[in-house]
Amino acid sequence: MADIQSSGQDSVYVKAAREAVITGIIAFGLFFLVIGFRTDQNINNELVLAQRWGLLAIFVAVAAIGRFIFAAFITPSREQAKLAKSKVPAAAKIDRRSLKATVSRFGLALLFTYPFVVILILALIQFAVTGQWSFQSGVQGSLKYVDNFGIQILIYVMLAWGLNIVVGLAGLLDLGYVAFYAVGAYSYALLSAHFGLSFWLLLPMAGIFAATWGIVLGFPVLRLRGDYLAIVTLAFGEIIRLVLINWTVVTKGTFGISGIAKATLFGIPFTPGPTGFAAMFGLPNSGVYYKIFLYYLILFLALLTAWVTIRLRRMPIGRAWEALREDEIACRSLGINTTTTKLTAFATGAMFGGFAGSFFAARQGFVSPESFVFLESAIILAIVVLGGMGSLIGIAIAAAVMIGGTELLRELEFLKLIFGNDFTPELYRMLLFGLAMIVVMVWKPRGFVGNREPSAFLHERKMISSEFTKEGHG
Amino acid sequence: MEYFIQQSINGLTLGSIYGLIAIGYTMVYGIIGMINFAHGDVFMLGAFMAMIVFLALTTFIGGVPVVLALLLMMLVAMLLTGLWSWTIERLAYRPLRGSFRLAPLITAIGMSIALSNFVQVTQGPRNKPIPPLVNGGVTIYGTGITIAYKQMVIVIVTAILLAAFWYLVNRTTLGRAQRSCEQDRKMAALLGIDVDKTISMTFVMGAMLAAVAGTLYLMFYGVISFTDGFTPGVKAFTAAVLGGIGSLPGAVVGGLLIGLIEALWSAYFSIDYKDVAAFSILAIVLIFLPSGILGRPEVEKV
Repeated sequence: MADIQSSGQDSVYVKAAREAVITGIIAFGLFFLVIGFRTDQNINNELVLAQRWGLLAIFVAVAAIGRFIFAAFITPSREQAKLAKSKVPAAAKIDRRSLKATVSRFGLALLFTYPFVVILILALIQFAVTGQWSFQSGVQGSLKYVDNFGIQILIYVMLAWGLNIVVGLAGLLDLGYVAFYAVGAYSYALLSAHFGLSFWLLLPMAGIFAATWGIVLGFPVLRLRGDYLAIVTLAFGEIIRLVLINWTVVTKGTFGISGIAKATLFGIPFTPGPTGFAAMFGLPNSGVYYKIFLYYLILFLALLTAWVTIRLRRMPIGRAWEALREDEIACRSLGINTTTTKLTAFATGAMFGGFAGSFFAARQGFVSPESFVFLESAIILAIVVLGGMGSLIGIAIAAAVMIGGTELLRELEFLKLIFGNDFTPELYRMLLFGLAMIVVMVWKPRGFVGNREPSAFLHERKMISSEFTKEGHG
Repeated sequence: MEYFIQQSINGLTLGSIYGLIAIGYTMVYGIIGMINFAHGDVFMLGAFMAMIVFLALTTFIGGVPVVLALLLMMLVAMLLTGLWSWTIERLAYRPLRGSFRLAPLITAIGMSIALSNFVQVTQGPRNKPIPPLVNGGVTIYGTGITIAYKQMVIVIVTAILLAAFWYLVNRTTLGRAQRSCEQDRKMAALLGIDVDKTISMTFVMGAMLAAVAGTLYLMFYGVISFTDGFTPGVKAFTAAVLGGIGSLPGAVVGGLLIGLIEALWSAYFSIDYKDVAAFSILAIVLIFLPSGILGRPEVEKV
């Protein structure tokens, strides 16, 4: 018995070693040209080759060793775990509903207090280091965290929640969502520049414009299904971006529109003057108030999106969306008007994209077509799918992980100590983002929160496991 | 008229390149019903491979005859890009087979982002210009129409490849396996066809054609950059949809049409809006002819 086991052990390692060698050879083939050689321009702008065999060797070795570890240790232990799991009956299940409620309550509390928590922590750190209690330095230092992390993540949370109405609820695959974001941003930028209208007036207008575009673009694609719909929405997104680039009389082309008016707190501007926010409340002058104001503004907009989504799911229109996602033919047989159902989904999703766009323009003070490339649509869609389509909490987690994670890479200055001064972590941001998308998807194909709660039920609400949820194909 | 013919020739050369890329999209879609978003970046990678092979040839060997250089560039790019595509399929798409339909689409988008940024990180963000490989052209007697030699190379290479490809799909065991997997994967597996291997080979074949397209693109424009995968990729996909996705002749016809539309629109209307024209025509065709020009109409089974 012991003999058999040991020989079994041996064969695992032999097999792993064989696989490692094969992986090494494949990795050599993959990286031989792209890593082994580097092309640089010389003074005459001609390309010259530089050779990097050391780096190539490292890549090949990492691939081979990684494969060996995976085949020799991780796969067998995983199989054992699976075996052990199948023997134990599924008894102790966590009460997911109460867990979910706790998570969302805690998350909301954190969201509402986030800027002040950051200020407090920074002030405490300052106090611990220098021994001086200075609230002001905490306020100044918090700028970066509120702006780069808080606002940035919440914008994507809002966009993803908006797209979730189209993709997650109605099951319509939209690859051009960024177009509505662009419509919102440009309508705020242009109308405030030409007519001097205020942010609070233009915010709903931007939403209405974007919703109108949602209907205009949605109408011709009503008959299309699945991938055809995806490619046509992608094409529409690109068309809008190309028009923004080329219609220079209105949009100033690739130069973009700068000097966009800031948002005001019901008429109180965030300027240093005597009528400004700081002077009125007797606070010292600082740019932080505007950032904190923007943070609460986008938090409010995002929560509005979530609230509307939750309410709509319980209304006939929301149920019609979900019915459309599950089965279009059955939906039509039951007398649901698929045309209006699809159009309202497009319009509602687009409206929230428009809100987010006008917020984006007010925050940046600058819009250009560069901000509305296909990559943005892809990132938003990725967040929706990675979060588990239809789950608001899952989407928020996915946005925090993906956007926060890549933003965090900007902060990794200490890596320069390891890799030398030429090392710039920002360069690897999108590379790691792409790889993370693949890894998360392979690891959890249903997204972070894959199971769904039914909106309509008999007697008691039962969770639908992710295995039973169908995807949209309309 | 001369101007029209000249522009049509330019359009057809461009269209050949789109057609070659479009075949990769349409084959993968036909067999596993997935939009391989990374295909445009595979094309870009192929062009980079060809560029590095060209530089290696000139640096280490010196003057190599142009025909030999082009052949070597294509062959090495085909082999290595095929290997890349095989690896991508193995790592990012195969684990998700049988999962829900959006999952491989997301990994494909992730792979597209990762690939273009990988090339940016390893090869630098600047444009990579190479000296012109094929110069000159012929003027058709009695008219002002000129055909550049490099345009001829593109059309001839495309024609040869399409012939070889047609033979591969219609006359070999692998092609038969592919067609059977396209019709019914489960039945094909029951009849003893290695479905996984067939799908892998489909990806490799698509990538090889994309690598040739990349080499031809590099030869035609003389410059490549890491962002160059996106626009040709989207246009080739447009071509595949236009021709009827899943249909191989449709991909070629769609590619040629997109090339023609683009060239003629730039010639007669506005060069800035040529991409808008291509995409608008895609939308219009799909609305009135939802299964493309040569595609089979989708039958809904209840």
